[in-house]
Amino acid sequence: MKFVHKLGAIIWKDFISEFRTKEMILSMCLFSFLVLIIFNFAFGSSPKFDRGMIAGILWVAFVFSGLTGLGRSFSMERDRGTLQGLILCPVSPWTIFLAKLIGVFLFTTVMEIITIFIFAILYNATVLPFLLPLGLITFLGTLGFTAIGTIFSAISATAKARDVLLSILFFPISVPVIIASVKATGIILKGQSLQMVFPWLKILVAFDLIFLLVSYLTFEYIMEE
Amino acid sequence: MLLALYTIFIYAPVEKTMGVIQKIFYIHVPSAFLAYLAFFITFIASIFYLYRKDSKWDTVAHCAVETGVIFCTIVLVTGPIWAKPVWNVWWTWDPRLTTTLILWFTYIAYLMLRRAVKENQRANLSAVFGIIGFINVPITFFSIRLWRTIHPVIITSRGLNMSGPMKFSLIITFIAFCFLFFSLLLSRIRLERLKMRFAEINEIMDEMNFKK
Repeated sequence: MKFVHKLGAIIWKDFISEFRTKEMILSMCLFSFLVLIIFNFAFGSSPKFDRGMIAGILWVAFVFSGLTGLGRSFSMERDRGTLQGLILCPVSPWTIFLAKLIGVFLFTTVMEIITIFIFAILYNATVLPFLLPLGLITFLGTLGFTAIGTIFSAISATAKARDVLLSILFFPISVPVIIASVKATGIILKGQSLQMVFPWLKILVAFDLIFLLVSYLTFEYIMEE
Repeated sequence: MLLALYTIFIYAPVEKTMGVIQKIFYIHVPSAFLAYLAFFITFIASIFYLYRKDSKWDTVAHCAVETGVIFCTIVLVTGPIWAKPVWNVWWTWDPRLTTTLILWFTYIAYLMLRRAVKENQRANLSAVFGIIGFINVPITFFSIRLWRTIHPVIITSRGLNMSGPMKFSLIITFIAFCFLFFSLLLSRIRLERLKMRFAEINEIMDEMNFKK
């Protein structure tokens, strides 16, 4: 089997098991919807929010509900006892990592597309003219935090109190990516020029590459028993 | 030996003080550097562990994190004490301060991870985290150069950015803090080794009792 076929097989398996229950994608979407509403209560429903601040709200919704998906990515394998089977598959650990990453990334992207439209309605933000740059920022930011989150999901899958552990591990490391995404999104939502976004995009690309490289080098050790 | 080190550590800053509140500087700066050094040791030891699979390196990484967290805590405690009279606030959300706090959280997370995972996976997983976590150290170090910030830059490309006597006393305290750091680190490693041997002896004792 070729690398792409192996990759596809694992992703397809995750998709089938997800579509049978739909619990992950539903809970992620509902959770991000709730985060948007809770922020509205927290800051009072003033009609004129600062554009930079609502970028932060959007990303908190993305990251928090993305984290619920990340937590399930490996822990569901453990709960069903299929983690051993996955490790025993004749594929490299890097393939497993990449398949899990792509799976979580796609689920998170679906959640984000839904969230961004709810967000545009609730916070009265003009999103439609900026869909392309926003999409690029969201793509890079999501790739960054799901890449690092997938590693930590695998690390914490076998641990005690794994959900808490995952957040404790995840947030300090993913902070640079989240800051860069929030700043870039804020600049776009304020309607400022795209020139100002480039330094942040560079940071995002750099961190995406660092995270992917580190996971390529270390993932096989996580899978060792 | 240890007593002598402590005398240097207490003696030097008292001798060379210039001003009252600025004195914290001599604790603040060396601690920050030693925290970075500790995390760098963890980074290197983690790589060696994954490469060689020798539990010695895992012990070194673990103990370096503990020592580093102590020094990082010193930085985070002395910083606000110094900032209150000088900047008139305890804390500002300045890039340097924020990144240092995140660094502290990163290595607290390392210690939490060690406690949470099973023994057969502990060394591997924490070594991986020790490597990933090190990403935050260069960010913290260069944060005052990358972004606009009110935190002063001490080390420039032209050397230390301060007057002669201050430079001298900083070097003295720096050396003293290095001694403190390494004595703490080494005694922590020794303690960990003793713990391991104790566990081994306990096991042997249990076996012997079982045979009776």
